[in-house]
Amino acid sequence: MRLSLVPKETNVDFFSRSWLSLGLSGALMVISIVAFLVFGLNFGIDFRGGTSIRTQSTEAVDVGAYRDAIAPLGLGDVAISEVFDPSFGPDENVAMVRIQSQDGDEAISVETIQAVEDALTAYDPNITFPSVESVGPKVSGELIWTAIEAVAAAMATVLIYIWLRFEWQFSLGAVAALIHDVTLTIGVFSLFQIQFGLPIIAALLTIVGYSLNDTVVVFDRVRENLRRFKKLDLKEVLNLSINETLSRTMMTSVTTLIALIALFVLGGDVIRNFVFAMIWGVVVGTYSSVFVASAILLRLGVKRDWTKPDAEAGTQFGNSET
Amino acid sequence: MLNISIFKRVVIILVVVTGLAYAMPNLFYPRVETHNDAVTAIEQAGGEATPELAADRSAWPGWLPSNLVNLGLDLRGGAHLLAEVQVEDVYKQRMDSIWQEVFPVLRDARDIVGTIRRVPTEDGTLRVKIGDTTHIDDAAQLVRALATPVVTITGTGSTNFTVDVEGDEIVVALSEAEKLATDDRTIQQSLEIIRRRVDEVGTREPTIQRQGEDRILIQVPGLGSADELKALIGTTAQLTFQPVVSRTTNPDQAPGPNNVLYPSVDEEGVYYVLEDVPVVTGEDLVDAQPSFDTNGRPAVNFRFNPHGARLFGDYTAENVGSPFAIVLDSEVISAPRINEHIPGGSGIITGNFTVEESTNLAVLLRAGALPAEMTFLEERTIGPELGADSIAAGEIASLVAFAGVLVFMALSYGWFGMIANVALILNVAMLFGLLSAIGATLTLPGIAGIVLTIGMAVDANVLVFERIREELKNKRGPARAIDLGYEKALSAIIDANITTFLTAGILFIMGSGPVRGFAVTLGLGLITSVFTAIFVTRLMVVIWFERRRPKTLEV
Repeated sequence: MRLSLVPKETNVDFFSRSWLSLGLSGALMVISIVAFLVFGLNFGIDFRGGTSIRTQSTEAVDVGAYRDAIAPLGLGDVAISEVFDPSFGPDENVAMVRIQSQDGDEAISVETIQAVEDALTAYDPNITFPSVESVGPKVSGELIWTAIEAVAAAMATVLIYIWLRFEWQFSLGAVAALIHDVTLTIGVFSLFQIQFGLPIIAALLTIVGYSLNDTVVVFDRVRENLRRFKKLDLKEVLNLSINETLSRTMMTSVTTLIALIALFVLGGDVIRNFVFAMIWGVVVGTYSSVFVASAILLRLGVKRDWTKPDAEAGTQFGNSET
Repeated sequence: MLNISIFKRVVIILVVVTGLAYAMPNLFYPRVETHNDAVTAIEQAGGEATPELAADRSAWPGWLPSNLVNLGLDLRGGAHLLAEVQVEDVYKQRMDSIWQEVFPVLRDARDIVGTIRRVPTEDGTLRVKIGDTTHIDDAAQLVRALATPVVTITGTGSTNFTVDVEGDEIVVALSEAEKLATDDRTIQQSLEIIRRRVDEVGTREPTIQRQGEDRILIQVPGLGSADELKALIGTTAQLTFQPVVSRTTNPDQAPGPNNVLYPSVDEEGVYYVLEDVPVVTGEDLVDAQPSFDTNGRPAVNFRFNPHGARLFGDYTAENVGSPFAIVLDSEVISAPRINEHIPGGSGIITGNFTVEESTNLAVLLRAGALPAEMTFLEERTIGPELGADSIAAGEIASLVAFAGVLVFMALSYGWFGMIANVALILNVAMLFGLLSAIGATLTLPGIAGIVLTIGMAVDANVLVFERIREELKNKRGPARAIDLGYEKALSAIIDANITTFLTAGILFIMGSGPVRGFAVTLGLGLITSVFTAIFVTRLMVVIWFERRRPKTLEV
């Protein structure tokens, strides 16, 4: 008996309520943007500058006492949070202390870090400091821009590549799906104030890659079916293509999610936010390749004149062996 | 048809075997690392192997591949610094040396240009006040004649400095081309000196690389903290010997033209007025060793090269009886009186040193001075325990992810799923082989990249299997269905992976540190997964098919 995620034959009409799905996506995007504007992002030190000290102790973490210990140093905004992870033993009590960046371009001074460590050690002699990271405001400002440039460059490259391999309507659809995915991911990070560090940018770009992978597989089938069924209505062709690739879409999403969920649960707290972003991205990306990319393609329409082989419209790879 | 030529089969199998061979050392990480360290140590000792080193070396047979995946700082623990080199510091030194050339020329032309005086500046230019402004253009012309052409790719025809006239002053400034060349040299020198200093401490595989125009990234695994690293490389260690003009306790005293005021290290509240241009600098040092002075206090012995020895000898001969300052990074370490002519070019630096300080100073002097100061923009310290915890967590998570995907594939595709599973295992092994072969660094996000690859690597196989299913549904025979399945899935596989690969490429170009590590594993993972899907599984399916010749196919 085979496990199968979708029935052997599916004939779902994905566009009968396409106004609903597009509306939902639009609404979620608006919520994301509003959340971003209202709450902003909980930037980590990579983007905001400052110092983050990880503490570990056999004693329980007392956030208030830590704060009182550091307060006399007058370092401005200090955020302290306890870190929980299933992999910690009973005598592993971990907290993150974040200190805002001090004046000047440079990372925090040795003396300041030492003062903070001394103050905390005075409160709890068993405390250790497994990691200390400090980023000066000059670098953090640049990192934001590099991140934005990276995401924008990725989208532009994709836009061009799909345009070359397919048609411009396909590439607009794919990029709309990408914007949708990235916006929703930023929205989730903003709404729940999950810390947004440099690795999250890597996650964002992976989401871009993954979502695209999904979209391209559907589009590839659309391209093929457009050639095969020249008289079929575009909506029918899209539905047929999505149904044909549905089983693959689900398989790949599920295997990827299995891997990511294992990493989320067992991979430790250091990369949990990063993995969360990717899980969210896989779910959103799978959804968007059908309900955003294809829906937009349907609305844009597509050139159906495949009679003469069109050199510009992209050639299919294939026939490698025969 | 389902034919794969013998030649192709051999090539595919060879690639896989090579990949596996390169991946294998990672299974014996500590042992291979011991071996590699021993080999390096023996090489450095000029081929002489002590019994311990030889024993360590034989921990791993020499004919096997011994490249390992480097572990990033977040996995191994260590210190990370991003330093910005203050390249402008060097412009002033350049101006000093240009002044040395300009002064004699103008002095010889004093009948025409009148008095000449250097005006102190802050902006890295050289300003010379001329007594007779009617001939200032002639003077400028004389100075201009000293400029030499700079050879660059873009700046052909430009000279190393430009000369302008502003009122009664001649302004000499470095040209843009010369600034670029100077900056480049400054960074290269800084890199070299940092490397020497870090090597003196002798840790394993430090990363010291240039980033952007004027930044240097330093990562040293295993070093206790970024502070220690900063103490080691943050000191400029600019050693100069300067004539003393006077001694004072007033920190605000005006030193006068072409003089500088530096504090004393040992005597609180004491300042020295020194001549700005040093007699000899640390650049002329050939050796420095920690030692003790005649009173048994820690000190540093040094020796000059012939050029430095001559300058030092001449100066001491001419100035017996006057004090003489030994200056380190704008602080006077000591200002002894010259008791006699010192001809041999060697001497001793005394001060209130501890043994540790004198040892450190000797290291810094031997390695050479940094040409410019550095500011630290970013510093990170990762404790080794945290790194070990991260590796352990990453390992468990990867194994569970692996197992989950294997079971799921077997349940979904039966026999074909098993083939895909074998391919998946080969794929991850080959990914490790590739990472080892190119000496890539594995970071925590990199592990996430591998896990993601595990999830996505099956995608290409899924595409093919689903296609084969469809062809079977269309009543094709087994052989034809397999053939068409591979053929028709190819364009989707290629397009889907190229787009993802493009984003990985952009991450690699624009990202830094851990992000880059992630991009590398993701990109290489795509390459190995496409290779295994369209060559390896195909070969396995074909071999299986040739043996069994099944009449019906169930995918």
